Amino acid sequence: MSHTQMPADKPFKRKALALVSGGLDSMLAVRVIQEQGVEVEGVNFYTGFCVEGHTQAIRERDKNKNKRNDALWVAEQLGIKLHIIDISEEYKDVVLNPKHGYGAHLNPCLDCKIFMVNQATLMLSKAREMAGDEGFDFIITGEVIGQRPKSQLKWTMPVIARESGADDRLLRPLSALNLEPTLPEREGWVNRDELHGFSGRNRKPQIELAEKFGLTEFAQPAGGCCFLTHEAYSNKLADLWQAQNKRDYELDDIMLLKVGRHIRPQPHFKMIVSREEGEGNFLQGYRYLYPSLEIVSHRGPLTLIDGEFTGDDDLALAASIAARFSQGRSAEEVVVAFREPNGVAREITVQPMRPDQIDPTWHVGEHRPNIPPAPQEQGA
Amino acid sequence: MEELDVRRLLCPMPVIRTQNKVNSMATGEELRVVGTDPGMLNDIPTWCRINGHEVLAMEENQGEYVVHLRAQHT
Repeated sequence: MSHTQMPADKPFKRKALALVSGGLDSMLAVRVIQEQGVEVEGVNFYTGFCVEGHTQAIRERDKNKNKRNDALWVAEQLGIKLHIIDISEEYKDVVLNPKHGYGAHLNPCLDCKIFMVNQATLMLSKAREMAGDEGFDFIITGEVIGQRPKSQLKWTMPVIARESGADDRLLRPLSALNLEPTLPEREGWVNRDELHGFSGRNRKPQIELAEKFGLTEFAQPAGGCCFLTHEAYSNKLADLWQAQNKRDYELDDIMLLKVGRHIRPQPHFKMIVSREEGEGNFLQGYRYLYPSLEIVSHRGPLTLIDGEFTGDDDLALAASIAARFSQGRSAEEVVVAFREPNGVAREITVQPMRPDQIDPTWHVGEHRPNIPPAPQEQGA
Repeated sequence: MEELDVRRLLCPMPVIRTQNKVNSMATGEELRVVGTDPGMLNDIPTWCRINGHEVLAMEENQGEYVVHLRAQHT
């Protein structure tokens, strides 16, 4: 049914598509626009780097924590539909080669925002194509000027609008008064006077607005909900790129960077050592893809080997490091089973490495390695 | 009734796979989602409530979780 068939006295309801992260700002942005009688649906993108849930699902000590998905929870609180979209494959290009560069770590925040708003713009165009005026009229985000050092700045706001293709159909309800009026404001779909002019890192205005709306419970992850804003995680990703001498990753790689202790005793292989039972169970699922070490004579961690051993010296080195993290760490000898992905296994007896024999630089994540050039620059 | 295998997938993949599957089903059709991430027992029912689908049953046995639902497109 097109809106032309609606009775003339029924007010025509405008529709907005909101980027919903699960955090407070996007939640408030939706609520502000709902207050104005606009119908809102949400979209949430899965990049593969989302912090939410994964470590909780893996680690035994976190098993009792609340495992809800914040974006879904927010959508339910707001009474909106939510589309969750897996963009992890297309997202690689954003991470490997961000046009606007990285932030403090390997976080490509500005390119990421442009990418996500662009995806929303494509959804908006598609919905308008299929449903005409019953599709979405504009896009909203929870962006606040000055909130994030890489992407949410006065000058980045128009860049995001322009490069995403959303142009003036992109409205930031929390910071609108600091920006030029957009199409929804100029057309009177929303009343600009009821929008906000928040700026800066101070969260007080948001907390007050949340109180006004009666929202008492909300997620406020420090450093955002993306692993790329975490220093140790970014360092591990940089190590991966350095080791393979190019910027690239598979989804299994970035998943495994969230789990275990990462140790690189040689440039050509890295060990992923489980720190507790939950991680061990999770790593078990990867034994058909990666060679692994298991402590046979004592209780101990499961270790995956990312890379290849060039000989028995490598095996003995890795086994003695793995033994160091077992309950046999003070024993003279520890028996370790080495298993290939195809199931072929053999045992080796080693002396556990002493703590002072472990070179601190082997610990991946504690320092930032140099990263190879972006894909397009290679071979140029 | 169809079954959807989301074993070993972590949040939010189980709910994304469920969403994509249910969007291709007709109203009244039923689906059993089987996975290993306990978070799916929260997320899939929440997603169903938001979108008007009906959760018929949930089970947990030996480290596997099952959500049984019926599609209701509004």
